[in-house]
Amino acid sequence: MEKPLTQYIVPGRKPLNLKEYEKVGGYASVRKILKEMAPQEVQALVKESNLKGRGGAGFNTGLKWSFVPMGPEAAQPKYLVANADEMEPGTFKDRLLLEGNPHQLIEGMIVAAYAIQASISYVFLRWAYKVAAREITQAIQEAYEAGYLGKNILGSGFDLEMHLHTGVGRYMCGEETALLNALEGKRANPRAKPPFPQVSGLFGKPTIVNNVETLCCLPHIINNGAEWFKKLGLTEDAGTKLYGVSGRVKTPGCWELPMGTTIRELLEEHAGGMQDGYLFRGLLPGGASTDFLVEEHLDLPMDYPSIQVAGSRMGTGTMIILDDQTCPVGFTLNLQHFFAQESCGFCTPCREGLPWVEKILLAIDKGEGKPEHLLTLDFHTKYLGPGNTFCALAPGAMEPLQSALKYFREDFERHIHEHHCPWSKSKAWQPSI
Amino acid sequence: MLTAEEKHQIDHEISLVPSPKNACIEALKIVQQSHGWVSDESLKDVAEYVGMSTAELDSVATFYNLIFRRPVGRHVILLCDSISCYVMGYEDIRNQLFEKLHIQYGQTTADGRFTILPNCCLGTCDCAPALMIDHDLYRNLTVEQLDEILSKYT
Ligand SMILES: Cc1cc2nc3c(=O)[nH]c(=O)nc-3n(C[C@H](O)[C@H](O)[C@H](O)COP(=O)(O)O)c2cc1C
Ligand code: SF4
Ligand code: FES
Repeated sequence: MEKPLTQYIVPGRKPLNLKEYEKVGGYASVRKILKEMAPQEVQALVKESNLKGRGGAGFNTGLKWSFVPMGPEAAQPKYLVANADEMEPGTFKDRLLLEGNPHQLIEGMIVAAYAIQASISYVFLRWAYKVAAREITQAIQEAYEAGYLGKNILGSGFDLEMHLHTGVGRYMCGEETALLNALEGKRANPRAKPPFPQVSGLFGKPTIVNNVETLCCLPHIINNGAEWFKKLGLTEDAGTKLYGVSGRVKTPGCWELPMGTTIRELLEEHAGGMQDGYLFRGLLPGGASTDFLVEEHLDLPMDYPSIQVAGSRMGTGTMIILDDQTCPVGFTLNLQHFFAQESCGFCTPCREGLPWVEKILLAIDKGEGKPEHLLTLDFHTKYLGPGNTFCALAPGAMEPLQSALKYFREDFERHIHEHHCPWSKSKAWQPSI
Repeated sequence: MLTAEEKHQIDHEISLVPSPKNACIEALKIVQQSHGWVSDESLKDVAEYVGMSTAELDSVATFYNLIFRRPVGRHVILLCDSISCYVMGYEDIRNQLFEKLHIQYGQTTADGRFTILPNCCLGTCDCAPALMIDHDLYRNLTVEQLDEILSKYT
């Protein structure tokens, strides 16, 4: 089985340095595009490969790039940003790539920057990723010294600067327009679209923000072609995917597997099934902002269209398991506490609605819930849903809530009727300050 | 007063962006790096240096979870309270830490050694529960390990 993204990542071992990376074919894609391909050809090839953004939304990467103004008339400088914020609870895939093979990311960033003719690039890295910060700093320096970054790269006339920027902790920084505000030294509130960042982004200039995993796919697409990339997937979605499983499974972890691997295979073969004494109840397929799936969905392939048909989202592809000994109300409360705390406070429905949701869930969890509370929660899932708030944070928060109310409604009702939580564990829940 | 070294570092950040204001978060990070937190006085100095009002800079500083506007201990414990750590029982770790250190979230031990803060997902959910102390990440935590871990920090 081909694992282009992780083939040189050995857990517990230092990542390849530049020399070692070059020896296994590293930076070949940069040499190839600079010598043989026009920027638009790179865009067309990536579009043809059907690479979909791995940051959560799954939009075709080449198509996204094609909205960037090109040619001598285009505004300068243009920017490329690697989104390495990764703060969504349950998501831990980019960390592997950042710590395990920083040169692969830099190579992918050079490809993307060349495709849109950007001359300045940033890695926007979250504060907590200290090992990644160290490795990336060193790799960027090596790349400059070898002439892959800076002025007139490999004598091609193409220039690219690269900077590492570490964030100061706020989930909103992952949202692409809020990320741009953070990079500009402002509060990370999202921006109104249009104008889209492709046209007016960082400092008002054309900007592309791509997820780390998305960028890491690029060298391989350039080297091996669009058809090869498409064939890596088992279904209509192309490539491999970094899938992860956390929760009460025997061997939680993160694996690179063909796109379209089934949930059951991930859960049973790779994660080793449930821990002894725990039964499966449900899962969030791709991070905290996706809808629950249950037993009947286990044979679905994990790809964008299949998970969408089942009423959820593939998101980041890192799933969180709900077991039979964890209270679904406590689980949902934990998620809503996170979203309420991380709301940027910019628009009223989200700023006011999420703390209200959290308060109701806390009351239900403590045994102080009333039957009408469930109606209030249903109401929130509609009014904080898509189209009613400024950005996707609040609708994202409603996905696990609405599906918990659908699949685990009796558990909510039991809390209300019995006036206590049937799982002792969630008694220990205390919202943090 | 900003030190010469701080000014030097801030100047470098300013050189990378169109306007000095754009480097304000970097400047706050630099000040926090040397003092552990951003006092009212430091905030004023930075605001003056990058050409912003203190109120405007404070609105940026307080937006971010990891810019500290109150003094913290010599070591900051960031305990993950997000979903995978919740499922794997981080509450036991939290309760033990509170008990051992005689503090709650947001507080600093009497000897100024530790401050403990809740933190969202540390991106190591497959090794939950997890916490960070300064630059060090601890994964697959058990209550039994806490004494040994804490003893490394003086
Ligand atoms: C609240 C919020 C947080 C987000 N956090 C991240 C993140 O940490 N990393 C990421 O790549 N995308 C994140 N996204 C998605 C980005 O906005 C954007 O779609 C993505 O970086 C685009 O990259 P892609 O096209 O390569 O997927 C977030 C979105 C929202 C609404
Ligand atoms: S939905 Fe929430 S996070 Fe998004 S802009 Fe509104 S307040 Fe901010
Ligand atoms: S939920 Fe604790 S590290 Fe991700």
